[in-house]
Amino acid sequence: MHSIMFYVFAIIAIFGSIIVITARNPVHSVLFLVLVFCNVAGLFLLLGAEFLAMILVIVYAGAVAVLFLFVIMMLNINIVPFREGFLSYLPIGGLIGMILFAELVMVAAGWVFAPNMPAGNLLATTTHGIPNTEALGQVLYTRYIYQFQTAGIALLVAMIGAILLTLRSRSGVRRQSVARQLVRTKANSLELKKVPTRGGV
Amino acid sequence: MTEANSLWPLLSTDSWANSLWPLLSIVLPIALIVGLLMLGVAYLTFFERKIIAAIQLRKGPNVVGPFGLFQPLADGLKLLLKETVIPAWANRGVFILAPLLTFTLAIMAWAVIPFDEGWVIANINVGILYLFAISSAGVYGIIMAGWASNSKYAFLGGLRSAAQMVSYEVSIGFVLVTVLMSAGTLNLSGIVNAQEKGIWYIVPHFPMFVVFFISALAETNRAPFDLPEAESELVAGYNVEYSAMTFGMFFLGEYANMILMSALGAILFLGGWLPPVNVVPFTIVPGALWFFVKIVVLLFVFLWVRATFPRYRYDQLMRLGWKIFLPISLSWVVLTAGVLVAFDFLPRG
Repeated sequence: MHSIMFYVFAIIAIFGSIIVITARNPVHSVLFLVLVFCNVAGLFLLLGAEFLAMILVIVYAGAVAVLFLFVIMMLNINIVPFREGFLSYLPIGGLIGMILFAELVMVAAGWVFAPNMPAGNLLATTTHGIPNTEALGQVLYTRYIYQFQTAGIALLVAMIGAILLTLRSRSGVRRQSVARQLVRTKANSLELKKVPTRGGV
Repeated sequence: MTEANSLWPLLSTDSWANSLWPLLSIVLPIALIVGLLMLGVAYLTFFERKIIAAIQLRKGPNVVGPFGLFQPLADGLKLLLKETVIPAWANRGVFILAPLLTFTLAIMAWAVIPFDEGWVIANINVGILYLFAISSAGVYGIIMAGWASNSKYAFLGGLRSAAQMVSYEVSIGFVLVTVLMSAGTLNLSGIVNAQEKGIWYIVPHFPMFVVFFISALAETNRAPFDLPEAESELVAGYNVEYSAMTFGMFFLGEYANMILMSALGAILFLGGWLPPVNVVPFTIVPGALWFFVKIVVLLFVFLWVRATFPRYRYDQLMRLGWKIFLPISLSWVVLTAGVLVAFDFLPRG
């Protein structure tokens, strides 16, 4: 059953990712990307890494891909000119592809398991009976605390940078200021005038 | 491959014990929950119309059956029998997939909800994260519907809804973090058990309960945050092009999500299946009934809010989510963590 599920998830993930790069409609690409995320989450589940599986769905499918979809839908990309520069980009794209492929081969060839890993249980997360969320938390906040905090700060800086780049203050925009609305009282906003008959204000 | 083979010999003598019974023991509870959920959704619409009618001094549905009790069935039948119209320039595949997705996700989430001690289909370690993942995937149904309809109103509704749901998920996430820090587990049954030993989390985390409830209103696109379907400006929002059962599925999904959010609120803050006081007249009542009562109370507030408050403006909605709820919930997380550590209340797993 386990292996059947593995092949189902793996095959859908692979075909989904092929469709991501071949689909003519960018929106379909993103939707297939979400499908790939969900199936990879399934693979994580089969490995016993339920925390990673859920986080993958929450972060990538639930937030990142939604923003992709958002942007792509708003841009309303025309499909035909999208393909125009294919030949002119081929050399550099091919070169990058070759480098990545070579790196993958090197990684795959030089792959060894850590010598102190127990044999036979190489893939499953060995958490000695505690849920792997807890296991992850125990190493993440103790042994890897500096790396974790550094990653957090890097993300924060990236976020502030992005906000700074896109922030522009326009004049003439009427904004609601709740504080100002709340401090208004009857005394300072309303004046009762005695209007004499036939006299006007 | 023994599992694969064991699906076949249904005719052999011990097939019942070996394959059929395990299969049935999985399928039957699922069918039961889905059936009850659909019934619940149907009568939630009835409940909603009756309550809003009462608030507005009207009678509400009262023609079909005694007290109008068969009205939801008549409505369902109407939706089933009508024709499904697919707009000419719609993206057909995505257009049909969107309501199916909304509906499926709304049902999938119920797999991890504990109705009583041990009454749960999948008692998984990361129940809360599963629910969070499912509810964050729920936005796809709406955004896909909005895009595939190829209609301005639907598209605007879809975009609004996507931004709204993503924003309020952040504060819901922090609310969940507070609760799971106090309980020390991500398992939903574990959270209820932790409240049995301690106190219902609505007492120490009351501000978080308020934040959770309001975020739940926004997350399920309910009034006063029903901007995705603001009828006065967007006709009906993302589902304007949908008809018959494709519309019906959105409707069922939305109401099932309301019940789900109420159930989640009951589990996280109101002690799930626990009786309010642990003395005799209350402990006789079965836990599932307490759970049901708590869900109904929360649902009543959902409807009460709908009949009471006018709709938010979009910038107000975003300000509430990002500038008010996010700082409050974030600081409450820090406060809770501080209190738990300082007074040594940390749950020992």
